[in-house]
Amino acid sequence: MTTPPVTMPGGRGSRIEAIRSSVASTNAAPIYLVLFVVFLAAWLIVSLAGGHFVTIDNLTSMLVRSVALGIVAAGQTVVILAGSLDLSVAYLISVSALISSLIMNGDPSRIVVAVLAVIGIGVIVGLANGLLVTKLRVNAFIATLGVGLILRGLLNAAFDNFAGKVAPQFEVLGYGTLGPIPWSVIVLAATMLGVWFLLRSTRFGHHLYAVGGNEETARLSGVRSHRVVIGAHILCSLAAVLTGLFLVARIRAGAPWIGPDGGYDLESIAAVVVGGTALAGGRGGVWGTFAGVLILAIIDNAFNALQFNSFVKDVVRGVIIVAAVAIYAQRERRAGR
Amino acid sequence: MPDAPATPMLEMRGITKSFFGVPVLEDVDLDVRPGEIHAILGENGAGKSTLMKVLSGAHQPDAGTIVLDGQEVRFGHPSEAQNAGVSIIYQEFTLLPVRTVAQNIYLGREPHRGPLVDTRAMERATADLLRSLNVEAAIRPNKAVRSLSIAQQQTVEIAKALSFRSKVLVMDEPTAALSPHEVAALFERVRLLRERGVAILYISHRLREIFDIAQRVTILKDGRRVGTVDVPATTSRELVRLMVGRDLDNYFPARAAPADIAEPRLTVRGGGVIGVLQDIDIEVRRGEIVGIGGLAGSGRTELAQALFGVRPFDSGSVEIDGKSIRVRSARQAVRRRMGFVTEDRKMEGLVLPLSVRDNSLLALRSLGSFLRRGRSAIPIAELLKILELRGAGLDREVRFLSGGNQQKVVLAKWLASAARILIFDEPTRGIDVGAKAGIHDLMRQLARDGAAILMISSELPELIGMSDRVVVLRNGTIAGELSPGATEADIMFLATGEQDVAGAA
Repeated sequence: MTTPPVTMPGGRGSRIEAIRSSVASTNAAPIYLVLFVVFLAAWLIVSLAGGHFVTIDNLTSMLVRSVALGIVAAGQTVVILAGSLDLSVAYLISVSALISSLIMNGDPSRIVVAVLAVIGIGVIVGLANGLLVTKLRVNAFIATLGVGLILRGLLNAAFDNFAGKVAPQFEVLGYGTLGPIPWSVIVLAATMLGVWFLLRSTRFGHHLYAVGGNEETARLSGVRSHRVVIGAHILCSLAAVLTGLFLVARIRAGAPWIGPDGGYDLESIAAVVVGGTALAGGRGGVWGTFAGVLILAIIDNAFNALQFNSFVKDVVRGVIIVAAVAIYAQRERRAGR
Repeated sequence: MPDAPATPMLEMRGITKSFFGVPVLEDVDLDVRPGEIHAILGENGAGKSTLMKVLSGAHQPDAGTIVLDGQEVRFGHPSEAQNAGVSIIYQEFTLLPVRTVAQNIYLGREPHRGPLVDTRAMERATADLLRSLNVEAAIRPNKAVRSLSIAQQQTVEIAKALSFRSKVLVMDEPTAALSPHEVAALFERVRLLRERGVAILYISHRLREIFDIAQRVTILKDGRRVGTVDVPATTSRELVRLMVGRDLDNYFPARAAPADIAEPRLTVRGGGVIGVLQDIDIEVRRGEIVGIGGLAGSGRTELAQALFGVRPFDSGSVEIDGKSIRVRSARQAVRRRMGFVTEDRKMEGLVLPLSVRDNSLLALRSLGSFLRRGRSAIPIAELLKILELRGAGLDREVRFLSGGNQQKVVLAKWLASAARILIFDEPTRGIDVGAKAGIHDLMRQLARDGAAILMISSELPELIGMSDRVVVLRNGTIAGELSPGATEADIMFLATGEQDVAGAA
């Protein structure tokens, strides 16, 4: 039995059952086993080395560290399910952080304007990605890489250091808590639940799976597949914008390296595929992605506690990513026979 | 059961369609009445699928009219046809495997409240559909399609067609992948639809099924309608005659003289591939062309793939030139000097953006050792001269060549690697008549030069005209072997399993 470590609203039995069945049906069940094993291993190793792993403080810090990757990976899940992907998220995160920090410039009255402005940018970038992929039929890898490069060029031409300053009230998103729970973790949970609900219960979500699974079938069933893919790209870009807002609230000022230094483009894709979502689209879900994000965060946290060589950390991450995807491939092959 | 009313639900008149100047359908008429099961019978390439694609709106006819329920219609897109009440269940299902039964049936038309899918309503409607087909116990609306058997998936397709309130339902070879027990269950469901007044077009080349289920049958041949007959008033013998009775005026090169046929090059005993082939005993001798006949799905291509190591035999033994060997991969097959001219030239035979030269050297280069051991064959330029590859330089990309010339490049590939056992899967499919004769001459020439050739073909004249012997497959096993004098009817009877009629013929 898997026990998804998800904070459940209301705690209605049917909800839990629905989540459980959606975890099972999206092939994500085994990843929670992996998560469990990684968690135990990290606990054991850190404890043996004399550190503290399972403390409220450490678990909270792990969750907060998962917020940035978690939000962007939730968005990445949506585009990947649609059969596309998005490599421009890292630079969009930087754009979001920089522009919001510049607009606010320490003035709380401009928070709303700043947020609306970066949301607008997110919609435009997502629309651009989606139009390139659907109408111009540019391969998603190239289209979003190109859009990312354009953003990078613009960023580097205009900025080479921290710029602007967030309003003190805005830092709540990075540091504030509601009772014992950090606001950022609440935002992450809300994003995950939002995407889960979108995928499970809306027509858009149903069409997303169909388009990613077999675009021709979806089209012949009357689904407007281009709109679905474009919508997915816009959602993914908005997730990147939200990640940028969270990061700038923590760092307190925007800088062009925030996104790329975090490696959010490739790492979000890694989290999605580790979570059992097929890179080809049409199969998977956001709870697997959540587990993937947590696994990466646990590895990070454990290696930090051990103060171990970070190259070893990369090796371990690489092994886990490849192993997880290999296991999915084998399961698929057996299911296909 | 009340007599079906005489007014047709669907009428197709004078349907004509050609692709790139090649006529595929010529002046075809077809009508089907409400509550009637109307079978469409014809060999591969007779035009059955094209006719159905014209009906569904996937292709536009060059001439002719379609009248549905008294109104002339013209569908630009399959979804228009579907909404008008014409549903087609293809051989290849169009279901999404990881989505549920309900999600598949209502894809694109989900019951909704605002942007939210009303899952409960959707599953209830699906359950009603399944109940009306008497399968509500076996198929639950919230089950993922991939957890269902093939027969159950087909039932889901039928339920989907029902959900459109279809007036006309087309079933394209629905029993190809079903067990006899499942076929019986399918027929029960089809009769149920019929009783509700649905007009059903049933495509098949299994004669027995037509007698079991259809009221009338229309026979197509070479893109023309040969006739429409009432099933009770006909015999399987007459149907076969209508289906295959064409003139055998095609030119084929002379067969091998007994003296040309020498020792066995390839021998298979008891070959089997789990779930696909069983008890395959086959021998191909030096200098001989052995034809492999059988219906689609009888295991012809699978046999070729097993021989060539693409999906190797699980059981049985294979000998090449008297030596017992195992071919576990295509590479091993090439090393043993086998060649495989696949059915799908463009996907499996050629690398389209590469030149004629590079394609010809593909197999040879993969085994560089051939060259060093001096076993290499003829220089490519000379090879292509032998193949009479006209109008194409060595550096030309093969995607620009005609089908016939592409096939010659595939042959060049195997000649360059000095293949001595050649397997041809539909060697002249999609090749125009003039080039066909060229390929046929080449095949015979290769046999005369000592190659052992296995030729799969669904074109009966080719099978008869080219082969020194014909082996017919049915349901993954050998149904019988025919000597040169065999007729098309003999082959069809073996392939369809209508043994009793064959005895009478």
